[in-house]
Amino acid sequence: VYVSLRDRPGADQAPGAGTKARRVTSTVVLLGVVSLLTDISSESVASVLPLYLTAVVGLSPMAYGFLDGVYQGVSAFVRLAGGYAADRGGHPKWVAVLGYGASALSRIAMLPAAGFAAITSVVTADRLGKGLRTAPRDSLIAASSDPAMLGRSFGMHRMLDTIGAAIGPLVAFALLAAVPNSYDSVFVVSFAFAALGVAVLVLFVPDLRTTAAAARVGLRLVMREVSGRPLRKPLIAAAVLGLATVGDGFLYLSLQERDDFAAKYFPLLYVGTNIAYLALAVPLGRLADRVGRNRVLVAGHGALLACYLLAALPAGGIGLTLVTLMLLGVFYAATDGVLPALISRLVSDHARGSGIAAAQTVVAVARFASSLMFGVLWAVQGPSRSLLLFAAALVLVVPVAAWLLRGVGRPEATA
Amino acid sequence: VTVRTRILLLAAFLVVALVGAGGYVLHARQKQTEVQAASPAVAAGGDLATLRTEPHLVFRSTALGAGYGRVAVVPLAAPAGPRAFTTVSCERVYATAGDTICLSADRGLVTTYQAQLLDGSWAPTRDLPLTGLPSRARLSRDGSLVTTTTFVYGDSYTNPGQFSTRTVVTRTDGKVVGDIEKFRLTVDGKVVTASNKNLWGVTFADDDRFYATAASGARTWLVRGSLSHRTVTALRPDVECPSLSPDGTRIAFKKRGDRPAGKWRLSVYDLRTRVETTLAEPRSIDDQVEWLDDDTVLYGLPRTAANGAATSDVWRVPADGSGGPQIFVPDAWSPAVVR
Repeated sequence: VYVSLRDRPGADQAPGAGTKARRVTSTVVLLGVVSLLTDISSESVASVLPLYLTAVVGLSPMAYGFLDGVYQGVSAFVRLAGGYAADRGGHPKWVAVLGYGASALSRIAMLPAAGFAAITSVVTADRLGKGLRTAPRDSLIAASSDPAMLGRSFGMHRMLDTIGAAIGPLVAFALLAAVPNSYDSVFVVSFAFAALGVAVLVLFVPDLRTTAAAARVGLRLVMREVSGRPLRKPLIAAAVLGLATVGDGFLYLSLQERDDFAAKYFPLLYVGTNIAYLALAVPLGRLADRVGRNRVLVAGHGALLACYLLAALPAGGIGLTLVTLMLLGVFYAATDGVLPALISRLVSDHARGSGIAAAQTVVAVARFASSLMFGVLWAVQGPSRSLLLFAAALVLVVPVAAWLLRGVGRPEATA
Repeated sequence: VTVRTRILLLAAFLVVALVGAGGYVLHARQKQTEVQAASPAVAAGGDLATLRTEPHLVFRSTALGAGYGRVAVVPLAAPAGPRAFTTVSCERVYATAGDTICLSADRGLVTTYQAQLLDGSWAPTRDLPLTGLPSRARLSRDGSLVTTTTFVYGDSYTNPGQFSTRTVVTRTDGKVVGDIEKFRLTVDGKVVTASNKNLWGVTFADDDRFYATAASGARTWLVRGSLSHRTVTALRPDVECPSLSPDGTRIAFKKRGDRPAGKWRLSVYDLRTRVETTLAEPRSIDDQVEWLDDDTVLYGLPRTAANGAATSDVWRVPADGSGGPQIFVPDAWSPAVVR
């Protein structure tokens, strides 16, 4: 990291000159480090939150379930606002700072917060921040990267992000082991990590302008771009794929219902997924750059299909559970960073934040709807048959998405 | 601003963050040690073996200090007096004269949970299968059946108001009777096949019959079950964590009513007259009640100690709706009356 700090911020804007094009730019690495620090912060709190709420604050697990629902809804809509604000002001960095800052402050607000209402609002503030920062940050990654290696850049960022998510719970448990029941210590340390993340962002990430200073990016212009022809089919594809995607929580739960290994290590199942994700984020991003982002995105849903089929098997076992988790990680590695990489090349620079936000919101809303559907199905006919039904839906939807995305996000020649 | 200045700024920030957060943690640690040293030691005393020959209460001691979380015993004749500590630690405990069921958590990077049967001298005799956060534990009166309820988190993802429990009944000789969530549930004559149903809070009537809570979606019922027929039948809506009185005529339970999620009032339902009585405990209680005798119930209630530490007390309230709540054993949780 220190070596790449020497790069002048301005140099990022002219990628592709000779040997430098082979490397992910310092801005991407820095944004990755910011996300890593922020994820250590958020995941350390998230991992102790169920225990804290039920053991210390005295909420029942039922009330906690409600809290989790709050998470989802808030984030999707703020995301659009974040993307638009980044485009309109032309300074995505400062929108991102606002988002990261809000989440950081929400950690310290956990200290005096007691009771259900206070904690709900703190959690909501955190999610608002997350929603706000995502699109401007991805917009910065796209703006600072060589178009031919966008997949790799996003892969690098998601890898660092996921490493942070893996370290977070470790930090929390180490703290609780050292000072038993001192949840305040977790919140304070979490705040320190988040604040460091904001400091790195403010001090080192260049304030890349996404618009010419004179140009005024209005809502109408952005709307035209987002609903325009180049984005229409990819957004529809993202929506139909999202509608056939089951929430992780349900997937883990169905694994836990069928074998004791998954049940015993239930809180750790996501770690298996994360390991696959962080290991494959960069390789699959590079593959996307080489063979086409559309292809990798669609193929990633093939991994998801395999994942459903394995999870729907009546009997499990350690091996099968691990393979299922790995496949879920493959799915994330092939889609989460690849989607913004694909989208950011389809909109003009001045509407990039909004374009990325639109795609991510479409995915989030579609997945939310699918989770509701899946919840109902699960209640009626149990996990196995519901998973098979969603697998069937994927089989139908994937070719449609492949057709919608044909020719989109083809490999680009390196300048 | 030059890169050099920015690196210096970041370094300064790093130092502040490190010193600030590190200092806070060290301070918290030191304060915790001081609080533990300064907290008045709970009076310990009494001979365990002698205590077990007279009517007594087995519970989890939540008095701060070395005995935190340990199972302790007090005579029913002097419940608030000195307590005799055992060597075992449990999150949830239940006991009869000869057997004890202990649900414990081994907190760590992977928090693992254990259910152990203990003999009269508190030595483990058998490990029972257990997955998830310990919530409820009960033995049948003669100690031949044991049941545990645990929370398995996860389906809270987009389903507000959903949680997943696992309730297993086992013979104390080790034979697993089964997960009662797999039993056939009948509500108003119709079999409920919904797989989001949860069953928890078992109380045994005899060697076959039991009562428990069944839930599907946001609704709960009091159910009567049969281990031999592997069935549970709904008797009455809005009943959670039932507990059968010693004379077998009444069920004490927590009732949600029109209160918000996570708030309950204690009530007693008379199985013969079908009359429901709200008890004189105005606070919300989240516990499976224990009967002290045929006229009084016991339950745990969390409390934040003066120094901010989390503890709890066991309270008593008359079972007929009269009187008011009184502390039965301070700094205690998970009571089991042994006569």
